[in-house]
Amino acid sequence: MTDTAIEFVDVVKCYGAVTAVDTINFSISRGELVTFLGPSGCGKTTSLRLIAGLELPTSGTVRIAGEDVSTRAAPDRNVGMVFQSYALFPHMSVIENVAYGPTIRGSDKKSAIARGHEILSMLGLEGLGKRLPSELSGGQQQRVAVARAIVQQPDVLLFDEPLSNVDAKLRRRVREEIRDLQRRFNLTAVYVTHDQEEALAVSDRIIVMSNGKIAQIGTPRELYESPSSRFVADFIGDANLIEGQIENGAFRAPGLSLPLPATSRTGPAVISIRPERIVLKKSGSDGKVKSASYLGSRREYRVETAYGTLLVSAPISAPALEPGEEISVILSPGGYTLLSDA
Amino acid sequence: MRHVLAGMNRLGGLWLLLGLAAVLVLPWYKVAAPHTGEGVALWGSAAGQVLAGRIWLLPPVLAMLAFSLVRLRSDERWQSHPSILWIAGAAAGLFLLQAFAIGLRGPAFDAVGQVFPLATMGQPGLGLGGFLFGIAITGIIADALAARGFCRGERFAANAVIFVVALLSLFVFFPILRLGGAALFTPEGVFQPGVFVTRFTAPDLWGLGCFVGQGRCGVVINTLILGISSGVLSTLLGLALALLVARTGFRFKGALRAISILPIITPPFVVGVAIIVLFGRTGLVTGWLEYLFDIPRTRWIYGLPGILLAQVLAFAPITFLVLLGTIEAINPTLEEASKTLGAKPLKTFQSVTWPLLRPGLAAAFLLAFIESLADFGNPIVLGGGYDVLSIRIFFAVVGARYDLGNAAVLSIILLSLTLGAFWLQTRWLGRKSYVTITGKSDAGLVAPLPGPLKGAAYAAVVPWVVFTLGVYAIILIGGIVNDVGRWDLTPTFRHLLTAFSLEIGPDGVQFFGSAWNSLHTTLLVSAIAAPLTTAIGILTAWLISRQDFAGKRSFEFGTMLSFAVPGTVVGVSYVAAFNVPPVDITGTMAILVICFMFRNMPVGLRAGIAALSQIDRSMEEASQTMGANGLSTLRTVVLPLIRPAIFTSMVYAFVTAMTAVSAVIFLVSARHNMATAYIMGRVENGEYALAIAYSAVLMLIMIASIALIGLLIGKRQLGRRTQLQNTAPALPTA
Repeated sequence: MTDTAIEFVDVVKCYGAVTAVDTINFSISRGELVTFLGPSGCGKTTSLRLIAGLELPTSGTVRIAGEDVSTRAAPDRNVGMVFQSYALFPHMSVIENVAYGPTIRGSDKKSAIARGHEILSMLGLEGLGKRLPSELSGGQQQRVAVARAIVQQPDVLLFDEPLSNVDAKLRRRVREEIRDLQRRFNLTAVYVTHDQEEALAVSDRIIVMSNGKIAQIGTPRELYESPSSRFVADFIGDANLIEGQIENGAFRAPGLSLPLPATSRTGPAVISIRPERIVLKKSGSDGKVKSASYLGSRREYRVETAYGTLLVSAPISAPALEPGEEISVILSPGGYTLLSDA
Repeated sequence: MRHVLAGMNRLGGLWLLLGLAAVLVLPWYKVAAPHTGEGVALWGSAAGQVLAGRIWLLPPVLAMLAFSLVRLRSDERWQSHPSILWIAGAAAGLFLLQAFAIGLRGPAFDAVGQVFPLATMGQPGLGLGGFLFGIAITGIIADALAARGFCRGERFAANAVIFVVALLSLFVFFPILRLGGAALFTPEGVFQPGVFVTRFTAPDLWGLGCFVGQGRCGVVINTLILGISSGVLSTLLGLALALLVARTGFRFKGALRAISILPIITPPFVVGVAIIVLFGRTGLVTGWLEYLFDIPRTRWIYGLPGILLAQVLAFAPITFLVLLGTIEAINPTLEEASKTLGAKPLKTFQSVTWPLLRPGLAAAFLLAFIESLADFGNPIVLGGGYDVLSIRIFFAVVGARYDLGNAAVLSIILLSLTLGAFWLQTRWLGRKSYVTITGKSDAGLVAPLPGPLKGAAYAAVVPWVVFTLGVYAIILIGGIVNDVGRWDLTPTFRHLLTAFSLEIGPDGVQFFGSAWNSLHTTLLVSAIAAPLTTAIGILTAWLISRQDFAGKRSFEFGTMLSFAVPGTVVGVSYVAAFNVPPVDITGTMAILVICFMFRNMPVGLRAGIAALSQIDRSMEEASQTMGANGLSTLRTVVLPLIRPAIFTSMVYAFVTAMTAVSAVIFLVSARHNMATAYIMGRVENGEYALAIAYSAVLMLIMIASIALIGLLIGKRQLGRRTQLQNTAPALPTA
């Protein structure tokens, strides 16, 4: 057994003239939770379905647990999937739903049901086996969907936007549950979401996708702190993108000069600065507060400077600034990232 | 189990076994073929026939032997090799070619006789061996296509697609093509393309004499006049009914819906008979009118008025359901918006509601128009001298002068008219539907019907209700009184006894009644046809809504097309296609079952598609990720979830098989007579009471059967599903 659970090599998926997934490569290790993140239509769900075998690649290779499964459809792969709508069979009881997979794959009914009950109690659903899915709460339904997906000890567990049907307030708890479960069973999991906060919270690594291509792969921290492109910088969290030139090892824009010790590039460039990495000080001539909003846990300002309008997030402990105030703007070294695209 | 896929692409074992049995063991022909003087003709299989000199049967035998050799090699690369597909295709092609090139009396072309001298002896129609070979080679082709990636390699789906296509080709398109061919032959059987033009331009088809007061119009013009009037009147009546139900406090909505189901379970002819009993020259109403107002007795009911009356009675419920759907789908906020902008109720109706209704009105009209053109039962009873196409076609085949060619030309005209209407319907609905289903519940209250319109609606609906009640009262009592036509209401069982007398003796039950024979056949045929019809309809629906395969659009179009072919045309085309080898199956019960299967399959199809569109696809994907293939997903997940559609389809298939007449009238035989054909015979003999009694019994059986099917399938919500089945034909193709 290799440590690589899933591997995509030059995978392409076309629907007629539309290319949904365009030559993507990545690999996922065993026991890892990796998230596909991106706006709708970026190819993240198609990628997930390619892992599930619900779509077969137009070209390229998909490997699961070291085996080439590119031409195998879903029934011939060993994956578990939790669907956005849960897709519980409404005409079957909870236990019938959970025992469905083992029965289909040839277990006798008795042991399938025993196994089903075992999983149900591990997920805190004991006693609900006889109910119909419609008689459960949303959270319980989701846990049944998870139980059904992991009962066959899949090589990989897939989640397709599992929180989109969950109450906004419950989301944090449910995503913690999912993460906890994945760690407890040491599952390899792939998760699809368009919500960057959710992705940052649950993932070991995130694969950011855009227009069918991979924009960047990295840990949540890497993606947030050193985005490689405008797209990633903008999509994950808020970012101030400043255009300028690199000259003599420094980034220069009107009224701004930031040292870039490690680069040998010259010419036009863009840097990204996170709003909370900017410090504003009363009195100065770097810029002027345009608007201020109080958000409870922090304050947000729009600041006009010579190199553009900045979004700044200030801790609530810092002194409040009023619109119209002249201020100084402090950009600490390490608080900005040079993007690879100009 | 993870390597199932490898086994999936293997040359199908079942099909191969079937094919081998078909060419080596089973009798190839339906009856023993004439002895050729060569070899041993005792052995009737294809292989035996080849030895006897019928070497044109060699390709099927060779192909099956070749496949067996490949199968015996365990090397999988061979078994999924592209050449399998080519060999199977070639075998199938040559099989079809010989079947059509060498007929019962010899080769179709002289050249064939020169290549195969023995072909001049001719060959009989296909028997068990021949048919099973056809099935086997179709299956092998499907498997080979699946191995090449057709239907994403899903073997079950590939087989389903290929078999449905093969069946549709054989039982829908091939007969129509044969019919088209028949139009080019003279009654004496001479090929003469010019005869088509002569027949097509015959003056009794297109004459416009009735418009200028010089005699009669041509039969095509008559048919159009009837179709348009019937469409307009049915639509207006349906609109009145729908507006009353949806937009007023009308108290008997439930009753109205119940009445609207009646025409579906009413056997043909009986409404016509009831109308004659009421309005004929010696009819009850005619008599009262003469007695009370001195209005002279006439035969006015025979002809256009009578047919129209009967058709509007039958079609108004259909248009009602279509329009009710349209009205209920109008978002009430639109009308409220109009009112807040200052429009009075009548103005709102005229400027907002009516335009929104127009697509529904067009759909309802076209539906009634198509039904009217296809109608056979009412014109034949009430037509008098008013000739329409369906009747003319019938007499061209069944009448004194058998002229299949002429029937073919008339059928082509009728088919063009209905296809034209069908095309308009899908086109119109495809573009012009304003109904938007957002899934949000509509806020706002529906606008009540403005006063003047309400009056008009009542004025249309009340006579219709009275008339309907009158007709069904006659049907209800006609069979159990002495002579309802002369208002002799002495109760009697003599009509029922003539039809259904039986005696329980020492030798078991003896059925003496004259109707038993046809009733048995009808029930048997309907009971066999209903599940088969449902199976093919639902399977096709699943293919269309859930599978992706090359040529899916044409596939969809083909299945829908079979819906638009009028029954009369189907009947004639079956006569043209299946009276002669290779597939000579007229006179059998099978042809009746097959006819119903393909006539009624579209309802299962529509109901199935509608039901499937309500079901989240991820349910099936979930099943797949848990290891279920296409067939087990269909069986364990899809079918249980679309039980209502299965119910609709079963009920519809069963009921229509019991009441259908236009197609089967050509296909019944002395041995396999159907109830409707029997009733038609009674009506022609003037035995009205017997016809009514039999019809009433049929209706009771149908009601009981619907309840029974409901119990068997598990859920029963007749009202809603009947509505579904009726509105289904008007839906645009998805």
